[in-house]
Amino acid sequence: MNNNERLNRQSKIRNFSIIAHIDHGKSTLADRILEKTNALTSREMKDQLLDSMDLERERGITIKLNAVQLKYKAKDGEEYIFHLIDTPGHVDFTYEVSRSLAACEGAVLVVDAAQGIEAQTLANVYLALDNDLEILPVINKIDLPSADPERVRGEIEEVIGLDASEAVLASAKAGIGIEEILEQIVEKVPAPTGNPEAPLKALIFDSLYDAYRGVVAYIRVVEGTVKVGDKVRMMATGKEFEVNEVGVFTPKATMLNELTVGDVGFLSASIKNVGDTRVGDTITNAKNGATEALPGYRKLNPMVYCGLYPIDTAKFNDLREALEKLQLNDSSLQFEPETSQALGFGFRCGFLGLLHMEIIQERIEREFKIDLITTAPSVIYHVHMTDGSEIKVDNPSDLPDPQKIERVEEPYVKATMMAPNDYVGTIMELCQLKRGIFVTMEYLAENRVSIIYEMPLAEIVYDFFDQLKSSTRGYASFDYELIGYKPSKLVKMDILLNAEKVDALSFIVHNDFAYERGKIIVEKLKELIPRQQFEVPIQAAIGQKIVARSTIKAMRKNVLAKCYGGDISRKRKLLEKQKEGKKRMKQVGSVEVPQEAFMAVLKMDDTNTKK
Amino acid sequence: MIKSAYLHIPFCEHICHYCDFNKVFLKGQPVDEYLKALDQEIRMTVNQFPTGNLETIFVGGGTPTSLNEQQLYRFCDSINRNLPKSETMEFTFEANPGDLTKEKLQILKDAGVNRLSLGVQTFNEELLKKIGRVHKAKDVYQTIENAKTIGFENISIDLIFSLPTQTITDFKESLTEAFLLDITHYSAYSLIIEPKTVFYNLLKKGKLPTPGEDVEAAMYELLMEEMEKNGFNQYEISNFSKPGFESRHNLTYWNNESYYGFGAGAHSYLNGVRRSNTGPLKRYMDQINSGELPVIDEHQTTKVEQMEEEMFLGLRKTSGVSVPHFIEKFAVDPQQLFEQEIAELTNKQWLEVRKGHIFLTKKGRLLGNEVFQAFLR
Repeated sequence: MNNNERLNRQSKIRNFSIIAHIDHGKSTLADRILEKTNALTSREMKDQLLDSMDLERERGITIKLNAVQLKYKAKDGEEYIFHLIDTPGHVDFTYEVSRSLAACEGAVLVVDAAQGIEAQTLANVYLALDNDLEILPVINKIDLPSADPERVRGEIEEVIGLDASEAVLASAKAGIGIEEILEQIVEKVPAPTGNPEAPLKALIFDSLYDAYRGVVAYIRVVEGTVKVGDKVRMMATGKEFEVNEVGVFTPKATMLNELTVGDVGFLSASIKNVGDTRVGDTITNAKNGATEALPGYRKLNPMVYCGLYPIDTAKFNDLREALEKLQLNDSSLQFEPETSQALGFGFRCGFLGLLHMEIIQERIEREFKIDLITTAPSVIYHVHMTDGSEIKVDNPSDLPDPQKIERVEEPYVKATMMAPNDYVGTIMELCQLKRGIFVTMEYLAENRVSIIYEMPLAEIVYDFFDQLKSSTRGYASFDYELIGYKPSKLVKMDILLNAEKVDALSFIVHNDFAYERGKIIVEKLKELIPRQQFEVPIQAAIGQKIVARSTIKAMRKNVLAKCYGGDISRKRKLLEKQKEGKKRMKQVGSVEVPQEAFMAVLKMDDTNTKK
Repeated sequence: MIKSAYLHIPFCEHICHYCDFNKVFLKGQPVDEYLKALDQEIRMTVNQFPTGNLETIFVGGGTPTSLNEQQLYRFCDSINRNLPKSETMEFTFEANPGDLTKEKLQILKDAGVNRLSLGVQTFNEELLKKIGRVHKAKDVYQTIENAKTIGFENISIDLIFSLPTQTITDFKESLTEAFLLDITHYSAYSLIIEPKTVFYNLLKKGKLPTPGEDVEAAMYELLMEEMEKNGFNQYEISNFSKPGFESRHNLTYWNNESYYGFGAGAHSYLNGVRRSNTGPLKRYMDQINSGELPVIDEHQTTKVEQMEEEMFLGLRKTSGVSVPHFIEKFAVDPQQLFEQEIAELTNKQWLEVRKGHIFLTKKGRLLGNEVFQAFLR
């Protein structure tokens, strides 16, 4: 291709993402667009094609990104090249969203015609605005009986400040308005600017590991051209590689000779290590490369930590391999070996958020068939010692003795919640209970309110979201961002089973709640740990001081009375189930502890709010 | 050799809150058609799996006595025509106190039924109401008196303990009443809350105040003590009898022997194969009418499974598993095969091996499942 051809082609490229609050219909719209542009024969068409992992389908969320090249014959008679870049739909993956938005010139903003603007709608819109994207509002699900598109149109204008007069009224499910959306993309989303002959600047917005190709980087070419055989350099790491393959997804991987300005596709170069192609980094030519990288690379720091231990201690190495494999496709996952007296050898792992943690945990159990014990999640505490030094603690059992601590600081977030105004009281009560500091409250519309609190991240990590959802019957939406560290009066609570301290059960708690939580947790553990062959005392202690106590009684009766009319198979299954249940427990000292008990610290808040 | 048969009558006039057996409300059901299909099933099965004379027949439900006199007569007739019986056969009918009129009793007696098993459950009227039983305590006395008059000498009652809100005193009173009946056999089960029952749903909503494990254990200990005092021998976890009145049918199960299972939702064990019949009545009848056995599930047990089952079933009996019998059956010595398990369990004082028998200790009897599990590999 010569330069003129490239420039001509460039003017026909439209790069866009679809952004939406969870469940507002993003994936369905993506499917319709693929259908309309004949990217797939209907035989290939699976529902929600872009969500490719099983887990993503089950949970209805997108975890890994995909970028697809589509051909669209517009009403003006020209054929356009679309790149649709999918974005993850959850707050844990905000950084990934911002990187994929950086690869676009436009964003289709999907808002549910019944629910209106939600917290993540706003968060995503701000990210899009940060990246100077042209935003095309779409009011989706207009065929629902409860749809009120005009009210939502008003919300988009008032709350976000976008002109929504041309917002497409659509139903992705029913296929209404799809063509109109495609036409608006052609008309309104600007073609990429940039010089195909300039030094290469390609943004890495995602990567995955392929056993045969090594790391495959998903890139957006911003300046210049990259061809097979080129020597390229990663600007953040300085590592150099020779390009083996470039191509696009249509959505099948299709090899090409080159990628040039505006193209969104993939590049492989026998890269062995995912760390060498960090999301957000810029790829340039090895020789005469660009001097300045594209803006935006930042190393992602995990916000939430927990210990992962194999129930079967012999599986330690399998667990390491599983984590390594997962990390290849997920550089934000961090882990290092740790030892627990109670649980043996395992790993302390860092995650972007709770969802991220749950997903990794589930994938290990499902894909690698390793039964896990997960300790309660913890945030990173900054501990200022009396000798003037500062240490970072991500495992509650590592918190030093109180005498040596001058102060402890914990991470705080700005939490934004949106809900119908009927729930203001409930939300505020919940935030208050979680040590929140009220910041502001605004009416978004006549009966919709936005509430902002500053809250300790640790409280968010402890099932805040679930509680928010249940106490507002699902109407509240929620988003948060880290704002920094603040000093708190925090103490470490140890748990003793049968007079032995179980390090994996230690947690850090605010001093004012310590006694109450101690009481709740020993009761909760009593519920969760089944009776043993002997009596087991449970104690909660701060330092040497026991603050709460409870006892698991010895098992007294476990024998099936009935004969089930000769249904021996059923009896057998019952016994097998009981036996299986035992295998999933962890022997801690002389006590058999089920998995759930290690998460008990998360559960104690339900009891708290019910009071 | 098949020596036992179970027959299932899935109809009930009322459904108890704890029952998860295959059953339907009697009203409007095609009872006659069902009995016809059952007759057909027996003939087809016996044809396919022939046997000598049966030693035990057990008719359970549902509520077998919910059949009307005509139906009851026809049903017994079908059994007697199709199943060859030994001279000494034990022929049990489950019955509901209150249902058993003198006329029905006479029909059963004439048909050769020689053992009755009455679903008494408790003598506490309030508890009876709570668990969905409609009979009254006085129905029990009346029924037993009638049965004795007509000539039934082997009568058993079922009791349930650990019922919602039941106290130890309640249970003790029920036992006292039970001993006044002058009968030969008691079965006493602790309540198990099974899915798809009224109780299960209540429990899930947190609305079922069960007495809890400690009270349940205390009731069980009281039960064993009282039975012994009153001259009843505990021959199995939940069964007590005057000497010589052990239920031979139930022992078939614990001895891991073969048995037929006839009727909707019934189970059989024939030539090493465990089978379940389909539960829904229509499907059961359709299948038989189209000339097929109504089997929905079939499992050929392996030798290992058979040995495991020999253990966990046999250990339910007070006499336990007979080592010579085991060797005779499987040509393997269980003491070698399960050496480690037996060592661990005897160490915990849950199991004892004496005089060629492996059996539960008193302590082990309360924790039977812990022991049984150990023999499942």
